[in-house]
Amino acid sequence: MQVHSMHFKSRAGIALGDATLQANLQKFGSAGLAALRAKAVEAYGHAAFERLRDAGAEIRDRSLADLDTLIERFEREATRRGATVLFARTGDEARDLVLEICRRHGLKKAVKSKSMLSEEAGLNEALAAAGVMPVETDLGEYIIQLAGEAPSHIIAPAVHKSKDEVADLFARAHAKPRKTDIPEMTREAREALRTHFVSADLGISGGNFLVAETGSGGIVTNEGNGRMVTTLPRVHVCITGIEKVIPTLEDFAALLRLLTRSATGQPISNYISFFTGPKGRDDRDGPEHMYFILVDGGRTNLVGTDLQEMLRCIRCGACMNHCPVYKTVGGHAYGWVYPGPMGAVLTPSYVGLENALDLPHAATLCNQCGVVCPVKIPLPDLLRKLREKQVDRGLRPWSERVGVRLWAWAALHPRIYAIGVWWAARFLRVLGGRLNRITKLPLAGSGWTLTRDFPAPAGKTFRALYAKRKRG
Amino acid sequence: MRVGLFVTCLVDLMRPSIGFATIDLLEAAGCEVYVPPTQTCCGQPGYNSGDRQAARALAEKVLAEFEGCEVLVAPSGSCAGMIKTHYPELFQDSPSLRGRVERLAGRVYELTDFLANVVQLDKVPGEFRGRVTYHDSCAGLREMGVKAQPRALLAKVPGLSLVEMSECEQCCGFGGTFSIKFGAVSGAIADRKCEALEATGADAVVLGDLGCMLNIEGRLRRRGNEATRVLHVAEVLAGTAGKR
Repeated sequence: MQVHSMHFKSRAGIALGDATLQANLQKFGSAGLAALRAKAVEAYGHAAFERLRDAGAEIRDRSLADLDTLIERFEREATRRGATVLFARTGDEARDLVLEICRRHGLKKAVKSKSMLSEEAGLNEALAAAGVMPVETDLGEYIIQLAGEAPSHIIAPAVHKSKDEVADLFARAHAKPRKTDIPEMTREAREALRTHFVSADLGISGGNFLVAETGSGGIVTNEGNGRMVTTLPRVHVCITGIEKVIPTLEDFAALLRLLTRSATGQPISNYISFFTGPKGRDDRDGPEHMYFILVDGGRTNLVGTDLQEMLRCIRCGACMNHCPVYKTVGGHAYGWVYPGPMGAVLTPSYVGLENALDLPHAATLCNQCGVVCPVKIPLPDLLRKLREKQVDRGLRPWSERVGVRLWAWAALHPRIYAIGVWWAARFLRVLGGRLNRITKLPLAGSGWTLTRDFPAPAGKTFRALYAKRKRG
Repeated sequence: MRVGLFVTCLVDLMRPSIGFATIDLLEAAGCEVYVPPTQTCCGQPGYNSGDRQAARALAEKVLAEFEGCEVLVAPSGSCAGMIKTHYPELFQDSPSLRGRVERLAGRVYELTDFLANVVQLDKVPGEFRGRVTYHDSCAGLREMGVKAQPRALLAKVPGLSLVEMSECEQCCGFGGTFSIKFGAVSGAIADRKCEALEATGADAVVLGDLGCMLNIEGRLRRRGNEATRVLHVAEVLAGTAGKR
């Protein structure tokens, strides 16, 4: 997918001015996934859930520490069971591998279950250009494919759309009378998708985890589409990040408990599908050919660095569900595949620090994300580290650098600082006028007064008043 | 107990009355208050802007000013959190300083936490006629564990009744330089906070961090709300809100 993350600020501005989007986000914020998670954690018990988070972080750290051998083991076990394991350095390479598979098997139609990696690779556009029709079968993905949009959330891709917008889309795409009853709309989509499921010759899925000990891929879904994608077509391609390999099925079970509760508040998803190699000689169902494509796409660059903890991510979406910024501007503002706090760390890490300058700063560091993360990724710390890297590489605007340096220099020289603050207090007090507040600040301060007044200071500094009091 | 008061740069510049209210409360609790005269800022603006060097230089200054105190108390969860949780991280590669910083970090308290849990203040000087709602500032809540302490203390204020707003733990959108760099987004987040606190019908929103205070007050006034007061918890407890 093309990277638009340099334009976060303008995209956020557009999102703030979009009344429909704001209404949809408001609804998501108040009755959304965060509330469902809270209930699930309550039911599980807070202390027990904390222990589970510790266990989840430990499993992910252990997996990452041993990633190279785990990948080799996965490859060996998957190959032994008849699957083909391929590796791609980049999303582009992954895309080319899929196209090559399509050519080799003469494939014409692909049904897809949710895969964020296929977004990284821009797979749908490439498939269509190569004469292979891609059909998204996750309901949310199906909706945004009809709308010609990108996902705005990693597990609820169409969360930015209202029921009415979807009703219009369906009426147009299905050429049937417009419906607004959700079960009826879902049924209509299922009927439309059913014909694609039986006529597709390629199934493309993501992979929530890859299990090294069995060479299996595993996905969780709620609609059952994933099961059909991975069993009905004659070729199945599972495309996922190279960091998703975990040692055992036991580990999968522990992470699953965390994943579904953190994502949607469910104790378990409606479907959990494992795929281990193609159809055997005695099997009635399953693909004839099974491929795993493990994509690096910048991931191994993080191994062994101070950002490695980000690779623990199990893609539950809890961080964005709880993020004040995400809840206010939605996912598209972030400008690439991954939005919210995890996206603000991943995007600059994968596409380059210089291509997403705003993202590490587009956070209040409130740490609501960090306290809900199922694998305890310290997201605010990682955002801060990215800010430090920007400074180290000279990527911040000179005005900001001069400002910070000047402030730090003054703060290190108490006498000079006191004079500066003494004057600032008086100057701002005068600007505050009769109402004692400033409606328009100069320079960088104008960002503040864009949407708020600035309460004026009292006029005298604490230090001056305290010194006076001491003198008696 | 000899308490080092870290006034914070925002209280120094914007609301000195909060500093004096803090002194009143600490003295009411029987503490001897020492205010290092050269103190300026904890370094958080530099730290959060990615300027580690600036943050370290200021951290060393704070360390030198306060390591002689029995405890360090700040009327801010954010500045206290900076010293307690982030200073040790800043010095992880210099063992000698790290030890000193960790010893200081272990003695750092946010004001209400100190009053409620350490000196266990049982009578507060202030009184307040009206209903208030409490906003949990992010750093105080999630770095310093400040949640029950201000509520317990407010419950001791004669005449005051507390009514909780929905999502009181939700960030107000301040975020330091975020509020300036992304003014429109920050203001929109503050709007939700304003809606939540207005819905309670409270006369005042009380909180423990000046950044959030300026943000919420600024947005309330811009929205045309002239009535809801925005008060620091120290001023309410000391009974000096609006007096100095």
